[in-house]
Amino acid sequence: MQVPAPFEYARASTVDEAIELLGRHGAGARLVAGGHSLLPMMKLRLARPDALVDINGLSDLDYIRVDGDEIAIGAMTRHAGVLGSAVLAEHYRIFAEAERVIADPIVRNRGTVGGSLCQADPAEDLSAVFAALRGTAVVRSASGSRTVALREFHTGPYETVVGEGEILVEVRVPIRTHLGSAYEKVERRAGDWAIAAAGAFVQLDDAGAVRDVGLGLAAVGAEHYTCEEAEDLLRGRPLSDEAIAEAAALCAQRCQPQADQRGPVDYKRHLVGVLVGRALRRSAGRARGEEV
Amino acid sequence: MRISVRVNGDEASGDVEPRLLLVHYLRQTLGLTGTHWGCDTSNCGACTVLLDGVPVKSCTVLAVMADGHAVTTVEGLATSDGLDPVQEGFMQEHGLQCGFCTPGMMLTARALLDRDPDPDEATIREAISGNLCRCTGYENIVRAIRWAAGHPAAEVAKEASL
Repeated sequence: MQVPAPFEYARASTVDEAIELLGRHGAGARLVAGGHSLLPMMKLRLARPDALVDINGLSDLDYIRVDGDEIAIGAMTRHAGVLGSAVLAEHYRIFAEAERVIADPIVRNRGTVGGSLCQADPAEDLSAVFAALRGTAVVRSASGSRTVALREFHTGPYETVVGEGEILVEVRVPIRTHLGSAYEKVERRAGDWAIAAAGAFVQLDDAGAVRDVGLGLAAVGAEHYTCEEAEDLLRGRPLSDEAIAEAAALCAQRCQPQADQRGPVDYKRHLVGVLVGRALRRSAGRARGEEV
Repeated sequence: MRISVRVNGDEASGDVEPRLLLVHYLRQTLGLTGTHWGCDTSNCGACTVLLDGVPVKSCTVLAVMADGHAVTTVEGLATSDGLDPVQEGFMQEHGLQCGFCTPGMMLTARALLDRDPDPDEATIREAISGNLCRCTGYENIVRAIRWAAGHPAAEVAKEASL
């Protein structure tokens, strides 16, 4: 039987209360949202917090809405909420495509956007999605709010910029026009972590050249879950087969996958090339209004 | 820590350790062993219960997280009018062999039908994709849920009373 080590438990009903409870319980305290990453790690003693501050009561952080020229996603939005969101479906198909392959529907009822990003698993699909879209994170503490680019949010495997006494409250994504986006993932079995995954958005100008592009990579040791060199290579050019092949090859070369039970390094690099190509092609098709 | 949980319509309260998992609270503290304890890693879905009507895997929810909320287990599916149509469907269509996954399957099915009373096969298969069955190959489970969709509660109760 797997049971976590003992810990103190406190419930927060507001963000301010959560921050206060974190301060009161000190460095050994952790926030728990859906708990579907943290509780399994606690069972295995990979994590051993002294105290859990339960933020499931913060239903005011469960929202997806258009806010000016951005989409704002509350940190307590469940995966199921992302998958079912009409706002996200209208602007970014990448979200539903990524969510459909995150765990299973029951886990998605519980796991949250904020929890997934703060868990900072190197294979987290949403980290790749938000990296591709160049989202920003809103982090609050007792002294106020700060905004961090999602590409700067993760400082390493299982590490983020969220410090002691801080809480991720919102993620924001710019709304773009003439855009298509897509997510591609290869997994060993339904609901597993990715062997490799790639997401993209493509914005085309009237001449069909790439006005802007974003790439996201999960599970393959890509710095900041992306490959900015490949994005730079594509920007301003027509999205030809050659351009896509060059960008895909660059992603495969620059990422640093680890050999593990999911596959050897050369296989994962190969997948990156294939998946980046597919994600770019489908994104571009969607940007042109094709059904792909 | 003192918690109070509404389980199958009845208020249950008592002192629990914060680290007690909901599945063990239901099975050991309350004696409701219909909720099965399976993989312990939120993969298999045998421990699925409804938390405020939403399917969750109770091996990965703390009992204290359910404080002040409503939990439905398989013991809460039948009413004084008889079996839930989902239970009846699993009988009619032989939706189980060993029965280990069955409580979780049925609760997931109940939540699906509450949301979507007439789901097609693809929708059913997607909904139960977090509940693993190693006996049936899922065919009969899908049929059982389709049966339940075709026989809403009132009809099942009427047949039972005949």
